[in-house]
Amino acid sequence: MNRLKGISLLAMMITSLFLISCGADNEGSQLDETKAAAVSQYAVLVHQNYVDAHTDGVALQTAIDAFVASPSAASLETAKDAWLNARETYGQTEAFRFYGGPIDDEDGPEGQLNAWPLDESYIDYVVAGGEEVDGTNIINSPEEFPEITAEVLAGLNEQGSETNISTGYHAIEFLLWGQDLSEGAGSGERRYTDYVTDGTGTNDNQERRATYLVEVTKLLVSDLASLVSEWEEGAEYRTAFESSVDASLENMISALGKLSKGELAGERMFVAYDLRSKEDEHSCFSDNTHRDIVTNAQGIQNVFLGSYGTFVSGTSIYDVIALEDQELADELAAKIAESVALCELIQDPFDQEFLDTAGRERIFAAITSLRAQGDLLAEAGSKLGFTFDPTDI
Amino acid sequence: MKKELIFGMVIIGFLVSCHVEDEKPFASLLEEGEELSGGATTVHDESVNAFGHAAPNLTGDKELLFVTGNSFFKRNWVTAPASTEDLDGLGPFFNARSCSSCHALDGRAAPPSGPDEEPLGLLFRLSKPSAIEWEQLPDENYGGQIQPHGILGVEGEGFVSVSYQEVPGTYPDGTSYSLRRPNYDYSNLNYGPLEATTQVSPRIGPHMVGLGLLEAIAEETLLAYADPEDTDGDGISGRANYVENVATGENQIGRFGWKANQPTVRQQVAGAFNGDIGITSSLFPDQPCAPGQDCSEIANGGDPELTADVLDRVTLYSEVLAVPRRRDWDQPEVLQGKGLFEQVGCTSCHIPKMVTGDYDIHPEFSNQTIRPYTDLLLHDMGEGLADGRPDGLATGVEWKTPPLWGLGLIHVVNGHTYLLHDGRARNIEEAILWHGGEAVASQQAFKELEQSERVALIKFIESL
Repeated sequence: MNRLKGISLLAMMITSLFLISCGADNEGSQLDETKAAAVSQYAVLVHQNYVDAHTDGVALQTAIDAFVASPSAASLETAKDAWLNARETYGQTEAFRFYGGPIDDEDGPEGQLNAWPLDESYIDYVVAGGEEVDGTNIINSPEEFPEITAEVLAGLNEQGSETNISTGYHAIEFLLWGQDLSEGAGSGERRYTDYVTDGTGTNDNQERRATYLVEVTKLLVSDLASLVSEWEEGAEYRTAFESSVDASLENMISALGKLSKGELAGERMFVAYDLRSKEDEHSCFSDNTHRDIVTNAQGIQNVFLGSYGTFVSGTSIYDVIALEDQELADELAAKIAESVALCELIQDPFDQEFLDTAGRERIFAAITSLRAQGDLLAEAGSKLGFTFDPTDI
Repeated sequence: MKKELIFGMVIIGFLVSCHVEDEKPFASLLEEGEELSGGATTVHDESVNAFGHAAPNLTGDKELLFVTGNSFFKRNWVTAPASTEDLDGLGPFFNARSCSSCHALDGRAAPPSGPDEEPLGLLFRLSKPSAIEWEQLPDENYGGQIQPHGILGVEGEGFVSVSYQEVPGTYPDGTSYSLRRPNYDYSNLNYGPLEATTQVSPRIGPHMVGLGLLEAIAEETLLAYADPEDTDGDGISGRANYVENVATGENQIGRFGWKANQPTVRQQVAGAFNGDIGITSSLFPDQPCAPGQDCSEIANGGDPELTADVLDRVTLYSEVLAVPRRRDWDQPEVLQGKGLFEQVGCTSCHIPKMVTGDYDIHPEFSNQTIRPYTDLLLHDMGEGLADGRPDGLATGVEWKTPPLWGLGLIHVVNGHTYLLHDGRARNIEEAILWHGGEAVASQQAFKELEQSERVALIKFIESL
């Protein structure tokens, strides 16, 4: 090689290096912009979903206040419908858990809002073997618990160095539906007369039961309001979330993976599938677990595609992954859609579905799809430069 | 010419690195594969979840069954009756509502930070001597353990307050140290006084990894390390505890618990459900109530409360939690520490390497070369550490050698470095200095090391 050729070769190499790095720069900035846009859109989506969950919570509160003021079979039914409706929007927000955000950071309200299993005999009377169990509970112990207020309940929820689950959606569910004592299909059958205070009511302490229901609902609404305000535009948390794009993107994606594989496929579906145990399901009083499953799966799809209800967004996690690996992004979109469809096939009620041969197949198909989805999300994470374990919840 | 220069530089670079490699101090102590403490069952994770993985070589549907076990390890039990019938039956007396409240993230519990803090994850075993030497009887009023909590309507048994007294000491090189000796005060004992002859043993919840591997070691392998009469005159005895396998009724070598008082993972799990959460099972069908406590009128969560399936799953979960891979195992300082660990005699009891036997429960764990750093045998650890309470064949001064694998990750997983059966040692150094009895010669030899050597030895233990 003569010197001149050598030099021109070197020049070419330097030039092409330059070009490559310029190209990389352009790509880099497009990726950065897409990431930032996806994170911002996510914040808008989260806020909107919590606004809706809060609105539905307030509607539930209105229905419960009306029921307690004038208990009847009809007003109880209205309150139950409002509860079922409120679960639809809240269930989708569970895609915002699992990274220590406002819902489940150290002082986050998740445990107070949605924890399970419920310590029902800590709240109210329960029946076993056809007889009322002679145990102490909050509603029926006026001397031990003279006052029932939202603050007192929030405190009791943490008594005994750990959590007694006595608040949140499932506490309200128990107070509306009552224990599910049915052997086969069927939900709880609490009578509205448990709340009738003129002396003709059923069971004791109707007024205290009504107070518990009203106060625990008040607590729920105020927790939902706190989530709305933390995700409000300009709020401290949201501002920090949007300014640390990479960390937030990692949180968004790992949360979807963990909800897919660890929580929904594992904790909520496989355990019940494996043990075939009665009422090993989240909404066991109302038999609404099939909707809990669908709304969780839907929540994952919302975040992945950046779409939610009538709300439409431009940029999503899908777009970010597509820049790195179009094929993987499409595979994930298809898998997530498949999971939602498979979850929708699961029949109501869930506690009968996992006893039935065809039902077990339907449940296992959804579990398999959700597990694969969690693994694909972890793969997407490594393409974007971070690792997480989708079973670690 | 340039080309030659570059070529020459590459060559020199190569030579230099080879040269350095050869000269790396203590490199001869490095063993192939020693970082894989659990053999093929080892997991690679140094994060906060390092103790929470299933062994990577599980076959069949075990990975899914692990999910169910994990769930029941974490879930809170509730008062019976509840609609969630698999999870009711808490108490009537209990220390905690879930396994994970004392083994957070499958890790190790810490002692309370002050006298007013409830000792969660540190429990107090009770027994009184019987006419038969190896038998222990429950306290009349409190049974086999103090359970500070009761379900609503049932008073908890009492509160144990933990305080510490500093005990200063000095190394031969003049460096001073301080150990803390625990003191326990009992208050709010709601069921009368403890009996005069009742003996108390504090026990902290250890990290959970590698239990199936320890069960997979053949009994002969362990017995080969035993020397109950110290016939070799090295000052180290090593005795096996023999305890009842309640499923078979036969006596069997003890492997689990601080005094090796449980023969199998299954029995350890069922025992903890019973004593700590108040859950009955096929192995332990009675509520954890003392002879003097009448629990017959209190609602229970079924007979037994723990279904066979759930016991199976949590047992499997506890058997297959994987040992994490070591860190920095090839670093000179760690290797130097490894040499010193052997030199001062730690390896007489903390056996570095064993091969597991045939393990029918999980063939994946059979014939694995493992690095548990334990012999699972009982040793006299001296009066300083003694609880004075016999347990099976274990005397009041004996403790089982605990495995050391995973030790260096406790601070990552659980955010603390407390060690020993009651958490009194604030770090590895203090744990070593508490060693007495049969270990006193090793403890002395450690103290006589140079400071940099002591640091290296601790670095080695941190790498496990």
